[in-house]
Amino acid sequence: MNEILARELEAPAYGPALLFSESESGAGLAEPAAPIAGRRKLPDMMARQYEPPLLAVKDLVITYEHQKTGAQTEAVHCVSLDIEEGEFVTIVGLSGCGKTSFLNAVAGLVKAVSGSITVAGRRVDRPGPDRAVVFQKATLLPWRTVMDNITYGLELRGIPKQQARQKAGRYVDLVQLRGFEHFHPAALSGGMQQRVNLARALVTEPYLLLLDEPFAALDAITRESMQHELLAIWNQTRKTVLMVTHQIDEAVLLSDRVIVFSPRPARIAADIRINLPRPRTGEVRFDPVFEQRTKEVFDVIHQSTGQVVP
Amino acid sequence: MNSDAAVLTKKSFLDAPSRSRASADRQNNATCREISRFKRRKLLDHLKGHALSTAVFVTVFALWEIASRTGLVDPMFSSSPSAVVLTGIELISDGTLAKHVLASGKVYVLGVGSAIVLGVPIGVATGWFKWVNRAFSPLISAFYTMPRIALMPVFIIWFGLGTSAKVALVLLSAIFPLIVNMQVAMQNIDEEYKRVGIAYGATQWQLFRTIALPSSVPFLLTGLRLSMGRGMLGVIAAEIFGGAEGLGYLIQYAGATFQIDVVFVGVVVIAGFGVIVDRSLAYFATRVDSWKITSS
Repeated sequence: MNEILARELEAPAYGPALLFSESESGAGLAEPAAPIAGRRKLPDMMARQYEPPLLAVKDLVITYEHQKTGAQTEAVHCVSLDIEEGEFVTIVGLSGCGKTSFLNAVAGLVKAVSGSITVAGRRVDRPGPDRAVVFQKATLLPWRTVMDNITYGLELRGIPKQQARQKAGRYVDLVQLRGFEHFHPAALSGGMQQRVNLARALVTEPYLLLLDEPFAALDAITRESMQHELLAIWNQTRKTVLMVTHQIDEAVLLSDRVIVFSPRPARIAADIRINLPRPRTGEVRFDPVFEQRTKEVFDVIHQSTGQVVP
Repeated sequence: MNSDAAVLTKKSFLDAPSRSRASADRQNNATCREISRFKRRKLLDHLKGHALSTAVFVTVFALWEIASRTGLVDPMFSSSPSAVVLTGIELISDGTLAKHVLASGKVYVLGVGSAIVLGVPIGVATGWFKWVNRAFSPLISAFYTMPRIALMPVFIIWFGLGTSAKVALVLLSAIFPLIVNMQVAMQNIDEEYKRVGIAYGATQWQLFRTIALPSSVPFLLTGLRLSMGRGMLGVIAAEIFGGAEGLGYLIQYAGATFQIDVVFVGVVVIAGFGVIVDRSLAYFATRVDSWKITSS
């Protein structure tokens, strides 16, 4: 069982979307670690065929119960959203509009009241190895070094340390943290911590990468350079990404599609395709199309909140 | 000091965006140099502090000696540092001290050792599982606030006047700081770290092993420190209460027979042992918690 498990993790899961997949099929047959009680078995990624889209959300409703009063608040109201493989999709909306709830539901961290979420044909009801979350706060485990933080997800799946580190090495390069592997998070700047956070998610090679306002906690200069880095990383990995942000320019810069959520309870106010050429760099900001799309998103947000555009 | 700190923050701010590897190394070296300068300054401060504390220490003992020699205080009741030293040498050379230290040491090690073996898991269980906490917390609270020495007569009836009764008292004295600290540790695990674990598919056992346990280390160290101190109190209390050996017995017996200098020898040995235990644990704590010390 463990051998199968290891092979599933290592093997090129599907399509051309995975970076570095070609050299890994051999390593996957190495002796796996001792079994850990209660570990969940990975879904059978190799054999599985799925009907596109990669992510299919149908009529999703999320409500929260107030802890003391028990009052129900609807955060997300009947949202349906499909994301194709290799697409970079961003949800924008005002703070508290329910976009993070939506992302958490896709991550499996929040239970939906009704509706369904499927990733590669498999229903989502809890976190799984087919998805990985990059949190707004880096939330690195402070007692682990950079390297051990990056391999955390692999370690939880029972991948042997040596193998996990070997695999993580490439992502350390990708997020430009070579030379910092043995540092503890407390010694890193905010931007570097966020890169570790990103690498920690990427190394698990998920089908779907979930970014929860990943740069919101950074200062403006760091944020911009991180956006450009993410662009470069995406150019290399071509991951399917679902991101949540309230930075409109960030959304337009990075995405193939920008989904605008209305104020709570969230509905989709617009689905705007960003037809800027790929691969993109920071230069895209000076493209007239960029400006046009940014304005479009702005307008939709203001219309949905009922405010007049100044 | 302030100017150095400012340099460091400014550097780490500039360092935040991406940059070449060479400049990363250079920055690293610069940081290392600054850290070593900082360490040197710290050492100097440390030595200065030691000089001061030594001076105070010497003065107090000199005054004591003078007071005793000039007849300001009665040496019969207060002894003097020189008499204590001489008695100490005598007790060491005739093996009396070693006998009592060994007896106390045995009780201490057995008592505190079993407190650690039992207390840590009990604390972890009560902190991690809500139902265990609900079941046992009234019992723990009752014992926690009770003066343990009150149970010594019961222990003597149960276990006799030998080692077992004393070990039981030490165990009971030393176990509660461990239980309570581990319980608090488990209840104060950062929810955000837990969420990371859950998002990456950790099972309950994995959450416990990779998040709860490492984040409880500072609490464990606090618990150990308290528990080792309490254990020492327990040993002396138990030996004063009953028995025919150990430092507590030595002090009690010497006091009853007006051998004040022997009492002081006992006190000095206990204090010295306490300092050694506490300091070595504090040192160990800085080693284990090194991840908390930031390099900026």
